Amino acid sequence: MQEWANQLCENRQFGSKMTDSKYFTTTKKGEIFELKAELNSDKKEKKKEAVKKVIASMTVGKDVSALFPDVVNCMQTDNLELKKLVYLYLMNYAKSQPDMAIMAVNTFVKDCEDPNPLIRALAVRTMGCIRVDKITEYLCEPLRKCLKDEDPYVRKTAAVCVAKLHDINAQLVEDQGFLDTLKDLISDSNPMVVANAVAALSEIAESHPNSNLLDLNPQTINKLLTALNECTEWGQIFILDCLANYTPRDDRESQSICERVTPRLSHANSAVVLSAVKVLMKFMEMLPKDLDYYGTLLKKLAPPLVTLLSAEPELQYVALRNINLIVQRRPEILKHEMKVFFVKYNDPIYVKLEKLDIMIRLASQANIAQVLAELKEYATEVDVDFVRKAVRAIGRCAIKVEQSAERCVSTLLDLIQTKVNYVVQEAIVVIKDIFRKYPNKYESVIATLCENLDSLDEPEARAAMIWIVGEYAERIDNADELLESFLEGFHDESTQVQLQLLTAIVKLFLKKPTETQELVQQVLSLATQDSDNPDLRDRGYIYWRLLSTDPVAAKEVVLAEKPLISEETDLIEPTLLEELICHIGTLASVYHKPPSAFVEGSRGVQHKRLPGSAGSGESVDSPDPASAAGVTEAPPAVIPSQGDLLGDLLNLDLTPPTATGPPPAPSSGMQLGAMDLLGGGLDSLLGGDIGGSAAMGAGFGAAPAAMPASFNAPVSGGLDDLFDLGGSVGMPMGAYSPPKTVWLPAMKAKGLEISGTFARRAGVIQMEMTLTNKAMSVMTDFAIQFNRNSFGLAPAGPLQVLTPLSPNQSIEVSLPLSTVGPVMKMEPLTNLQVAVKNNIDVFYFSCQYPISMLFVEDGKMERQVFLATWKDIPNDNESQFQIKDCHLNSDAASNKLQGSNVFTIAKRTVEGQDMLYQSTKLTNGIWVLAELRVQAGNPNYTVSLKCRAPEVSQCVFQSYEAMLKN
Amino acid sequence: MIHSLFLVNASGDIFLEKHWKSVVSRSVCDYFFEAQERATEPENVPPVIPTPHHYLISVLRHRIYFVAVIQSEVPPLFVIEFLHRVVDTFQDYFGVCTEAAIKDNVVVVYELLEEMLDNGFPLATESNILKELIKPPTILRTMVNTITGLTNVGEQLPTGQLSVVPWRRTGVKYTNNEAYFDVVEEIDAIIDKSGSTITAEIQGVIDACVKLTGMPDLTLSFMNPRLLDDVSFHPCVRFKRWEAERILSFIPPDGNFRLLSYHVSSQNLVAIPVYVKHNITFREGSSQGRFDLTLGPKQTMGKAVESVLVSSQLPRGVLNANLNPSQGTYTFDPVTKLLSWDVGKINPQKLPSLKGTMSLQAGASKPDENPTINIQFKIQQMAISGLKVNRLDMYGEKYKPFKGIKYMTKAGKFQVRT
Repeated sequence: MQEWANQLCENRQFGSKMTDSKYFTTTKKGEIFELKAELNSDKKEKKKEAVKKVIASMTVGKDVSALFPDVVNCMQTDNLELKKLVYLYLMNYAKSQPDMAIMAVNTFVKDCEDPNPLIRALAVRTMGCIRVDKITEYLCEPLRKCLKDEDPYVRKTAAVCVAKLHDINAQLVEDQGFLDTLKDLISDSNPMVVANAVAALSEIAESHPNSNLLDLNPQTINKLLTALNECTEWGQIFILDCLANYTPRDDRESQSICERVTPRLSHANSAVVLSAVKVLMKFMEMLPKDLDYYGTLLKKLAPPLVTLLSAEPELQYVALRNINLIVQRRPEILKHEMKVFFVKYNDPIYVKLEKLDIMIRLASQANIAQVLAELKEYATEVDVDFVRKAVRAIGRCAIKVEQSAERCVSTLLDLIQTKVNYVVQEAIVVIKDIFRKYPNKYESVIATLCENLDSLDEPEARAAMIWIVGEYAERIDNADELLESFLEGFHDESTQVQLQLLTAIVKLFLKKPTETQELVQQVLSLATQDSDNPDLRDRGYIYWRLLSTDPVAAKEVVLAEKPLISEETDLIEPTLLEELICHIGTLASVYHKPPSAFVEGSRGVQHKRLPGSAGSGESVDSPDPASAAGVTEAPPAVIPSQGDLLGDLLNLDLTPPTATGPPPAPSSGMQLGAMDLLGGGLDSLLGGDIGGSAAMGAGFGAAPAAMPASFNAPVSGGLDDLFDLGGSVGMPMGAYSPPKTVWLPAMKAKGLEISGTFARRAGVIQMEMTLTNKAMSVMTDFAIQFNRNSFGLAPAGPLQVLTPLSPNQSIEVSLPLSTVGPVMKMEPLTNLQVAVKNNIDVFYFSCQYPISMLFVEDGKMERQVFLATWKDIPNDNESQFQIKDCHLNSDAASNKLQGSNVFTIAKRTVEGQDMLYQSTKLTNGIWVLAELRVQAGNPNYTVSLKCRAPEVSQCVFQSYEAMLKN
Repeated sequence: MIHSLFLVNASGDIFLEKHWKSVVSRSVCDYFFEAQERATEPENVPPVIPTPHHYLISVLRHRIYFVAVIQSEVPPLFVIEFLHRVVDTFQDYFGVCTEAAIKDNVVVVYELLEEMLDNGFPLATESNILKELIKPPTILRTMVNTITGLTNVGEQLPTGQLSVVPWRRTGVKYTNNEAYFDVVEEIDAIIDKSGSTITAEIQGVIDACVKLTGMPDLTLSFMNPRLLDDVSFHPCVRFKRWEAERILSFIPPDGNFRLLSYHVSSQNLVAIPVYVKHNITFREGSSQGRFDLTLGPKQTMGKAVESVLVSSQLPRGVLNANLNPSQGTYTFDPVTKLLSWDVGKINPQKLPSLKGTMSLQAGASKPDENPTINIQFKIQQMAISGLKVNRLDMYGEKYKPFKGIKYMTKAGKFQVRT
């Protein structure tokens, strides 16, 4: 001891002796030994000093576990501080010395009977922290007593202890009935006990997703609401989070809960505020929108959210991530609060970026001038990432608010004039998007853009510039020179730029054929002969063949009108958004991912959905009669021809192929047969819009809606040539076709038996029939006619039975169908009434065609369009079906469906459940959006279909089932 | 709930760890260090960092990162609020919250953390209760304890923890009963080049120092309570009374506390007490730039603008500044490019100005960015929103307390763009 004191005086100035830092100074050898001696000293004071030293060593991560028996010996004391210190030590080291820890049990059990509630609580609290199985057995009896203790302080501590024990040994907790006791505590008279019971139950429930632990009913809700007003701020958070899981019975209950929760919005603790916002956002869904209270509530939500933004930056960040969700769900709440999201120059970067995002979401015609002025200001800041994002934001504003486009363009031009390299490049990328959204409107700026050609060194900016030059080649006098200058270093460019350059030069050639022949030949040979990139080569070949076979068709394809890009980018999927709204204030809301996707140990968390509205307000959203009747009234589209196929094929995305697995070389693909290659394989390989840079994909534009029929033959001929394959139109492709069934039995048709099926081949619907003559005489003069039907199906040509049909002879006929016939809604929808005539008589029969025959090849929606459409279609139009006993994994299912023109747009995996988002277009232009959930190991799939014409859902579902099971 | 806490100093060393459940290896902080390295400025470290098995939620205060480790879904705001509360408590206990202070009081820190969380659930976070459980260290007490062997841990059950007014302990006694309230308003504003206001808002607080015997019940009323439409209250305030009568009615905690904070947003008229005339220009091709700044008061209702401090981050290309202040002193740090000018008080008769030249790197092009000017100031005896306390009454106790109310306006984030 003397030695230690001397050392102390040597090492440190005397003045600091009174502080705890002295405990850090004993780092010499033999330290443990010294401490041991001190711990066993008779003097209380020495003991306490020694324990303090031990604790200090422990906190800085030194191993002092060797002192375990000596420290435990100090536990039997009436000095509360010493006792607490020993407890601290025990909690840390009991795990590594379980046998020794047993020594402490007796003291714990004794302390649990102490007359001082503080000691009782401390004992039960510490025991729960000792994560040793042997100790937990001894803990049960004291814990049971403490849960029923007369003192609420002890009860509330014991409640938490149940959660601790559950963490160590869940079975034990259940067997001992502690869960029931805990549930009883929800009705405790003391609000603090209630809050802790709720917190403990919530934590236990997290690892038991299906247990009905927090069985919320109106009575318990009432108790929770009462406790809410009186418990601590932390307790309020637990209670509010628990309330958010409740689904009120009706809008009146919902309103009364909202009324009682609203005062929490004025709490000083931001976590309380945000949890209250969550409850209100969720329960608001149930209130009718025409209710006065609904409007009042909306108004009350804005100020607390704004106040969160004046808190510390870390709090601001979490608040902003949540506000991002809230403005997507209910933009009206914060629409007048734009200014609070303006960026201060000394905000941390993570706050700046979030604010920017919300500014764009809130941008509208009313505030766009202010927003643009701000964004322009930000574009001159120091931080490069932030500047880039600000420039992008200007582009997003232009696309979002049409009236502002002109102003945005001029702002971008101003920025280009600054000549700051990264600003210019960013600006060019967004101007390209603006051109896509408003074609032929702002071309006057092209000259300015061209001036900056040389300074572009980023692939995205170069590709954007090349796209602009190609797209507007006819207005740029020296377009050929500009593109030629890029061509010099062709092989050093990134794939993105190469592909774009190829397309741009072909466009240029089609616009100015006379002067640019040499250029186009040069680029085609560069792409096809000198490149190792299969995408580039394939695109090159296609252009080449297209140009050499039929320049007119090439023009139609390459210079086709492009679909406009969607308005709102990076919106969260509506189902996910709904789920996230239920998780406001949690980690899920910070990451914008469902909680199950990333938090460990919460497997099988139930997905939360917003409750539906009970009121009349929703009626505005219901489908209007016109669109509901769309099935019959929609104008029938032209027969999708091979032009579509080709268009699809050309709808290449500029992002490098990210499809799983290496892209097969063209030679191996050929064995599949030309049509298959075009219909399924290539399409999914090249057209897969996985990268999400949808806007760029436009370089090529999507397929023309329908190609004039006259082009079909040469184009397809050319393609066949190209691949040097004789694959005929009749070759079967991936589309599902049901087996033939007997449509007309011989008995009913004087000996003529017709069995048949439908198939879709190369974009043409085929009615395939086997005609069998079971009569005694020869049959001739066959003809066929359809009654009016739901989708306007009609024979595209006469029934080709050229030779007379002898008795007992069968003949296979394939009848191409068009969808331009007269339309009448049938019941069931896919019913087709057919009349067949021969030399004997006219026979009538009806058959049903699978609706998948009507799925056209260009039924792939852009991701963003899909999102927006899904959101747009009211929930009433959603129907859900189960497909049982299907043993495909999601990829196989996706491939299978793709063969039948059901296109998978996105895939999301949530806790082993794959969600496929798919789109399908019918021949008459009706879109059907689907969400297919596939759980690994579960043969039952769930399909949710959304469609503006909900009548078709049932048929589509049947097709899904048929397609997947065959 | 909160699993563990690590305290990390500016140089990236963990100097304290505390675990409330099983021990989490400190190697989990490697993910934090990675993020710290990536961040250009210390304050740019993202507050939520995912790691394969845990989430790290951190706050930065007093140049110390308080890194909480969580494993399951926990409201991040709850964690952040709690961490700030920890810092506040340390500050309350030790006067300052520095690495040295924490190390000097490591055992108290440990006891405090143990008392504040149980199994990750907050247990006692009210300073009143904590102080009853664990006495704050004072030089005197440490001396006395060392000599007499007394402890600094309370033996009694803290009464507040169970009462309906958990924020107040019973049996408070003072010889001088006094209640002071400070109305402090901070103006956050962004002023654009031309001097017009882009955004302006007021963050106001009423901080109280109440030393009253017994269980006093106070009411505070305002002349113009309509100003307060966006308020956050201390839990002691009776919300129903406020909703109905716009009167603050409460049983105060003992000692210092924040009674309420409020927000006056830009929709209401926010007066801007100072204006800046500036001319900061660089000419293309010249290695000189002009710097000209003049400050003046406006809308101050006759009160003096004091403790004015102007700072600005000049463009990176600026090598040095050669300026001439009409009053006060200025410094320019050629490394960080931070210009700061300590102006003092603004005299309306003779406006303070700072004029001169800046030298640029020879041959360098004109800087792209426009410096933003940050202004700090104070105005005594005025709340810029016009908020005024009408009266303060006390019920429940018989004595006459001494009452005082002070007003002050300060600049918050007050920025002028050039």
